[in-house]
Amino acid sequence: MTIASSFIRLCRQIVGDANVIADPALLRVYECDALAAYTQLPDLVVLPDSVEQIPAVLRLCHVHQIPVVARGAGTGLSGGALPVPGGIVLGLAKLNRILGVDPINRTATVQPGVRNLAISEAARPHGLYYPPDPSSQIACSIGGNIAENAGGVHCLKYGLTVHNVLQIKLATITGELLTLGGSGLDGAGYDLLALAIGSEGLLGVVVEATLRLLPTPPRVQVLLAAFATIEQAGAAVADIIGAGLIPAGLELMDNAAIRATEAFVHAGYPVEAAAILLCELDGQPEQVDADLARAEALLRAAGASEIRVAADAAQRQRFWAGRKAAFPAVGRIASDYYCMDGTIPRRHLAAVLAEIATLAERYGLSVVNVFHAGDGNLHPLILYDAGRPGDFDKAEALGGDILELCVRVGGTITGEHGVGHEKLPQMCVQFQAAELEQFHALKQAFDPDGLLNPGKAVPTLHRCAELGKMHVHGGRLPHPELERF
Amino acid sequence: MTNADMSDVVVEQIRQAGAARRPLRIVGGNSKTFYGGADTADTVLSLAEHRGIIAYEPSELVITARAGTPLADINETLTEHRQMLGFEPPAFGTRATLGGTLACGFSGPRRPFAGSARDFMLGCRIVNGRAETLNFGGRVIKNVAGFDVSRLMVGALGTLGVLLEASLRVLPMPEAELTLAQSLAEDQALAAMNRLQGQSLPLSALSHHDGRLRVRLSGAETAVAAAAARIGGEILGDGPEYWHALREQALAFFAETGDLWRLSVSPAALLSALPGRQLLDWGGALRWLKTDAPAEAVHAAARAVGGHAVLWRGADKTAWLSAEPALAGLQSRLCAAFDPYGLFNPGRMPF
Repeated sequence: MTIASSFIRLCRQIVGDANVIADPALLRVYECDALAAYTQLPDLVVLPDSVEQIPAVLRLCHVHQIPVVARGAGTGLSGGALPVPGGIVLGLAKLNRILGVDPINRTATVQPGVRNLAISEAARPHGLYYPPDPSSQIACSIGGNIAENAGGVHCLKYGLTVHNVLQIKLATITGELLTLGGSGLDGAGYDLLALAIGSEGLLGVVVEATLRLLPTPPRVQVLLAAFATIEQAGAAVADIIGAGLIPAGLELMDNAAIRATEAFVHAGYPVEAAAILLCELDGQPEQVDADLARAEALLRAAGASEIRVAADAAQRQRFWAGRKAAFPAVGRIASDYYCMDGTIPRRHLAAVLAEIATLAERYGLSVVNVFHAGDGNLHPLILYDAGRPGDFDKAEALGGDILELCVRVGGTITGEHGVGHEKLPQMCVQFQAAELEQFHALKQAFDPDGLLNPGKAVPTLHRCAELGKMHVHGGRLPHPELERF
Repeated sequence: MTNADMSDVVVEQIRQAGAARRPLRIVGGNSKTFYGGADTADTVLSLAEHRGIIAYEPSELVITARAGTPLADINETLTEHRQMLGFEPPAFGTRATLGGTLACGFSGPRRPFAGSARDFMLGCRIVNGRAETLNFGGRVIKNVAGFDVSRLMVGALGTLGVLLEASLRVLPMPEAELTLAQSLAEDQALAAMNRLQGQSLPLSALSHHDGRLRVRLSGAETAVAAAAARIGGEILGDGPEYWHALREQALAFFAETGDLWRLSVSPAALLSALPGRQLLDWGGALRWLKTDAPAEAVHAAARAVGGHAVLWRGADKTAWLSAEPALAGLQSRLCAAFDPYGLFNPGRMPF
């Protein structure tokens, strides 16, 4: 315990005794987020139960120079909410009120701890919903969605979190409350709203958000297409998008994923197929009919060995059941798995999947693929056994190689999970020294002392050099006069 | 279409300007100089020769081009593949470039239904005030690595860095489009526009002025026809010309004398009475106001409904944007983080 008891007393004065956790046994709950491979016991957890307490806690941390890691529901997959030594975890789960739904202007205003799915549930009586739907939407909270710029199945057509937030209230480390964005579709001056979204808790703490709601589509239809080769399935994805069709969702499962989920949920998937595509279309009935006919023709031309159109809502749900249960299904066939998250240009899908298989073989590990093919967002699940010494290190190394492969073909190391703690080494691959320096300068404009989620999302050049990823040549480093290594 | 990579020349000019602490006025096609505060720099940094489409993959829905590429060239290339810039940017003349389009961040009538300029921004290459060439974002739709500097560049009026190139998401052109019109008073039109937007319809533009509500529908032929039958109204033969004229501000409304204000507000907001005449775009979320009211009154009216106002065209541009005091310090620190010597477009932004 490095945090002074006097500081703990001051925290208790702000949020009340019951909302401060200092007992090591209870702190254990907060030692990791959903990426359980990395753990760090926090020194203190503070759980405000009113919005007003948040700036007060941040101001206190600023005065005492205590690092702060904000945490929502803890469903993050990149270690973004991993505690930092000597710091506090600021848990926002108690701020879970929906402040209002405005059906005329089609917005919802919510506190950060509101669960993603609860927003659509509150909007449903008005025929509206909130489109971004991360797979964890039943549990994940909107504050975390904003911090990570979360995506999901439907963001191919409806965009990421950044496209669906109108305004946020952001508490700064000095305890100021900033309103970014506004009630209109754009703000004035620099687009600080876009900058704050996806900033992984490094710039401020979201204390309130106003979100755009859309009318619920009256008709939804799903196609399942089976392919004899991964190449055909990958090409079909490019064909569909290239032909001008933008499905609400376009998901790919490889043979290993099909077999694992079929054994688990019995969705009726063709287990011999090398890959299946699930293609969801939504909107006005006439539009869905037209799109369905085009999608079917395109999939057939791409060589689909079988195409099924869901006959009713029950069958539609069965088609999706496998996809949605893919992660727990894989959990049944391997003792542990490590979920990666990279994005590539769609046209390289088949080649990248083949290369992933080669890499996996080299490490002696298996990889299962089930992912958002429509936007090229891969989620290779690397199977390993945490009980076998060295196995996780191998999985981690393979994951790193896969992300670097994504960068090599023109993609990125994270499509929707964030960099967090996990992908710091690969940031040194995707970005050059000057770019990382620019990120640090930007961060300083918001948080000069570096107290908000320090050490996450953007590595220091020192760290890159340690990892051997940053190749610095004499004069190319921006400020060679500074001692760094 | 000409192609030329002038990056080295641009970087060198910025390096020299930095060494001499001599500010630069960044210019592309000079089509939008009316917007923003008055630029006080004497030296011009022209991006007009730095042009050309670098990459375009229709199946990826992504185009990458140099900042000086004429918007017209980009539109022409996309049209060949039946694709388009979904934010329907106004050009205000024939000389508009991609860089200026993004630096201003204007979006046309399709914006509420398809997204804004910043929504389509995927990645960019910029030069900061230290004359460093930096890459942010990329060419894929989903990318959350690092801070979203690319989107921050949109609407920054060049004050954070010089755009060298940008990658934008593009959209397929709709199979069919149709424009409906009906005569309605302004308050009725506002209610009608919001009623329509609360339903699942293939809307792609909604405007009101001169007592007429206009509705554009885009999508499959059958879907557009079905929606038109449901909404009702007169089918306009010159729909495309109308939306073009609205986007380019070629309608008579924009030529009338007086200050022109742009108010971004919630789509159903009822503004406190200001003198003058207004045109509603973006389904009510954008109000163009011709008024003699003092700047403070217009800013206050927009702020009262949670929105903001900017003086678009007017005699006295000193109060074109009302910067929130709480944000001003942050915005100026952010500017200094990119442009520590204050080289880029001094005076264009109020901080």
